[in-house]
Amino acid sequence: MHHNGVLLEIRHVSQVFYSGSKRFEAIHDVNLAVREGEFTALLGPSGCGKSTLLRIITGLQSPTEGQVFYRGVPQQGVNPHATIVFQTFALFPWLTVLENVEVALEARVVPKKLRTARALDLLDRVGLDGFENAYPRELSGGMRQKVGFARAMAVEPELLCLDEPFSALDVLSAEGLRGELLELWTGNKIPTRAILMVTHNIEEAVLMADRIVVMDRNPGRVVFDLDVDLPHPRSQRDRQFMELVDRVYAILTGQTESEEVELGSAPGEPGRTRALPSISITDLAGLLEKLNEAPQNSTDIYRLSQDLKVDSNHLLQLIEAGELLGFATVAQGDISLTPLGETFAEASILARKEIFATRLRRLPLFKWLMTMLRAADKQRLELDVIQTALELEFPVEEARRQAETVVSWGRYAELLSYDDDSGMISLEPEQVETMRVSL
Amino acid sequence: MLGSRLFRVNQPLYRSLSWADVLVLIGIAALLYAALRLAVDAPMALSAPTIDLSLRSLPLYTGLSLMRMVAAYFLSLVFSIVYGRAAAYNRQAEQVLLPVLDVLQSVPILSFLPAVLLGLSAILPQRLAVELSSIVLIFTSQVWNLTFAWYQSLTTIPKELHEVSACFGFNSWLRFTRLELPFAAIGLIWNSMMSWAGGWFFLMAAEMFTVGQRNFRLPGLGAYLQEAANQGNLWALGWGIFALLLLIVVLDQLIWRPFLVWSERFKLQMVPQDNPPTSWFYDLLRSAQLVTWLNVHVVRPFGEAVDSFLLRKSLVHGRVAAPQQSRVSVGRILLVLLVLGLVYGLLRAAQMLSAVPPAQWGDIALGIGLTLLRVMGALAIALSWTIPLGVVIGTNPQLARWLQPLVQVAASVPATALFPAALLVLLRLPGGLHLAAVVLMLMGTQWYLLFNVIAGASTIPQDLKYTTALLQMSRWRRWRTLILPSVFPFVITGAITASGGAWNASIVAEHVEFAGEAHSVFGIGALIAKATAIGDYPLLLAATLAMVLTVVLINRLVWRRLYHVAEQRYRME
Repeated sequence: MHHNGVLLEIRHVSQVFYSGSKRFEAIHDVNLAVREGEFTALLGPSGCGKSTLLRIITGLQSPTEGQVFYRGVPQQGVNPHATIVFQTFALFPWLTVLENVEVALEARVVPKKLRTARALDLLDRVGLDGFENAYPRELSGGMRQKVGFARAMAVEPELLCLDEPFSALDVLSAEGLRGELLELWTGNKIPTRAILMVTHNIEEAVLMADRIVVMDRNPGRVVFDLDVDLPHPRSQRDRQFMELVDRVYAILTGQTESEEVELGSAPGEPGRTRALPSISITDLAGLLEKLNEAPQNSTDIYRLSQDLKVDSNHLLQLIEAGELLGFATVAQGDISLTPLGETFAEASILARKEIFATRLRRLPLFKWLMTMLRAADKQRLELDVIQTALELEFPVEEARRQAETVVSWGRYAELLSYDDDSGMISLEPEQVETMRVSL
Repeated sequence: MLGSRLFRVNQPLYRSLSWADVLVLIGIAALLYAALRLAVDAPMALSAPTIDLSLRSLPLYTGLSLMRMVAAYFLSLVFSIVYGRAAAYNRQAEQVLLPVLDVLQSVPILSFLPAVLLGLSAILPQRLAVELSSIVLIFTSQVWNLTFAWYQSLTTIPKELHEVSACFGFNSWLRFTRLELPFAAIGLIWNSMMSWAGGWFFLMAAEMFTVGQRNFRLPGLGAYLQEAANQGNLWALGWGIFALLLLIVVLDQLIWRPFLVWSERFKLQMVPQDNPPTSWFYDLLRSAQLVTWLNVHVVRPFGEAVDSFLLRKSLVHGRVAAPQQSRVSVGRILLVLLVLGLVYGLLRAAQMLSAVPPAQWGDIALGIGLTLLRVMGALAIALSWTIPLGVVIGTNPQLARWLQPLVQVAASVPATALFPAALLVLLRLPGGLHLAAVVLMLMGTQWYLLFNVIAGASTIPQDLKYTTALLQMSRWRRWRTLILPSVFPFVITGAITASGGAWNASIVAEHVEFAGEAHSVFGIGALIAKATAIGDYPLLLAATLAMVLTVVLINRLVWRRLYHVAEQRYRME
């Protein structure tokens, strides 16, 4: 065949959206080809546009630029050969398990007898016989997702797309379901020709996929394409497996840059304003304390994720915050505490707040905010005003999240106070004093 | 939580007053003018059937009224589904359709009454016109909240469910029956109950009406009650009210309760509920062999046949792409015609309004002020007893289980039917109709409040109740820190509906005819009622528009803000 076993190809796909006059690029010039027989994982931090890319691939959304080819044919509208398994299961709560699977066949006008038989057979294969007449609310999360898989397989898709299918499940169910899917896939028990899975779980990607495509955000783009040559079944204790996970961590965390690059520029100034990771300070303190216990205050990020038992996405955000505030540095998949981070970890509650406040004052975003507040009448401003100003740098949703993070960090550092009733953000009295003295 | 659904006000509260509202107001002025214009040309003499007050004719009248209600209800349902879909799925249509709906529900239905009645009888054969206009009037009292409920359901369907439907290639029939209808089912059923209550409220007005010399009446329960009141026949009035109550209870037990129980399956929550509604009739139906047999051998195969027929049908239709170009131009032409019509209507309406003498404008302003005072009075009285009682019922699940169904039935008893009986007593008290008008408004609106307070009180978390007990808070302190803030959003929701209802009820409350005598107090409602009765159309138009404007302004400027505060700060979620 002239497309050489390439099932799906996307060329120069970009997704742009507008808020007011400002233009934001959610996905920038992504090229990707998925071959038959391939299990591809799309891996990246939240906000890198991987879920959007999945919707573009299945035709649920049309890209601003670029094209999607299926077996060499440019696509328009929903691709009938592809289907999605959703993170939230997306089952119809008012239909029984059987009806939920059947409804997919109904849409293709399969006669009643045939579709019931086929649905029953599929439910049997995913181990749900006996539950045909149950409603989704009677099932556990893992079982609900099994229905999701059965429904997707009912239409015998050539391309099976998975949108973080295991991330809403508890650890055990997720583990079980991953194994069962791999068994169906590697044992050729389903007519599926290729699987494309979106995930932010690094281990999951290495465990299941033949190929990992790593994406990054601002704008969403492909930064790395990596083959996984380990034979199935893979073991998480295997040395090669651990090395690979470590490598992916290194790719995703990158390397701590010079302070200037790490901090970015203030809103409205040239250069990119650094988005604050939306994490809680308590979690960050927990991470720093853990590092403080490690030999030489340094450890492997992959090992850290296992020790802390947090998901990789959350850990990456915490690390990013640590780097941004100068508490930790990252190099080659290892994270080390800086002397400042060490001081922070060992300090009392009040001393921590002071260290944190000193660091915040160095962040361009905070510098900009404090200057604005000092210039404002009574040293206070509406949060909405701040948010609108941030919308010049970030998409609306992100601007809102940034404003929230600013409030939460600023409150912890006792730099700012915020009154939810009036929606006013103001300088703490002490900060105003400091200003008078310095004048 | 039962009540919170029933009387949730389905308003898109995030919008503020916009240009669209102004356009809509203009449109309504034009439409009112057009209908009144037709009314002026209507034939003068009409023979009206006499209403027989003997007990013998009561079953027939009740049946006829029921049929009108059913017809109006299905009309409402169809209208809602079409209108709601258009508003939910078309951004441009939404911008016009929503404000239209929003303002229409504040228009006092009774103002439209002579217009619809006389307008229709100008273009249709007499009997058909009267029958149809009666149904249309009942329809206008049932439809708005249904449409809002449906629209809101459509816009809150989770994104993934839409995506699943698109991903598996659902056609419009499948999408309608497997996604939209089930998702909206519970809201639609609760709102249907509310719509029926609204329909009963205006039944009397819709079946019997005098405009100038023209006297319209239809054989029905509403006309029976009205006639009994006019003649001062207490015996007939009593039986009429009894028949109405019986019908309401029977409908509640045999139709709405079973539907509610059945609709539990459409709950979106993935956790089972502790206190699901129950229905003896539903249980009876399910255990009856005959019903099961019918279901398996007749109902289900028939349903499946219809389903698969429509599935294929809409599949074929789905493939045929509509010629976009011609559609747009036809739409444009229609739009231009509509705008021209509106402009013309507006000009003529303005002309009609200019015929209103300044003294009458003064009356209208004064009337609005007085009615506003009565509405506030009625609300204050309602709040003063519904909050304590509602909290007691709501915080006591045992009591709530017993009283909830009772309150539900009580709420659907139309105050209008009880008006004459209440008047008997009230007119003799000092204050006369001044007091009576407030009480009459109260009768129609207090239930909304009670219901919402019960719902609100039942959401107070047990932990917080324990905490206040552990802190040994005094009774007053407990009310201030826990109970009042918890029920506040619900009180506001109830008050919005209640105040709308009170304005609407002012037309029947401020001007009443009883035992051949007319009683009246000064107010905007009385002005509208009198203008209708003497056929003073310019005054009717002016007074109606003034009232609509007032209600819309109060909603936007007062209630909406309060609602916003309530939602932001006091909602326990």
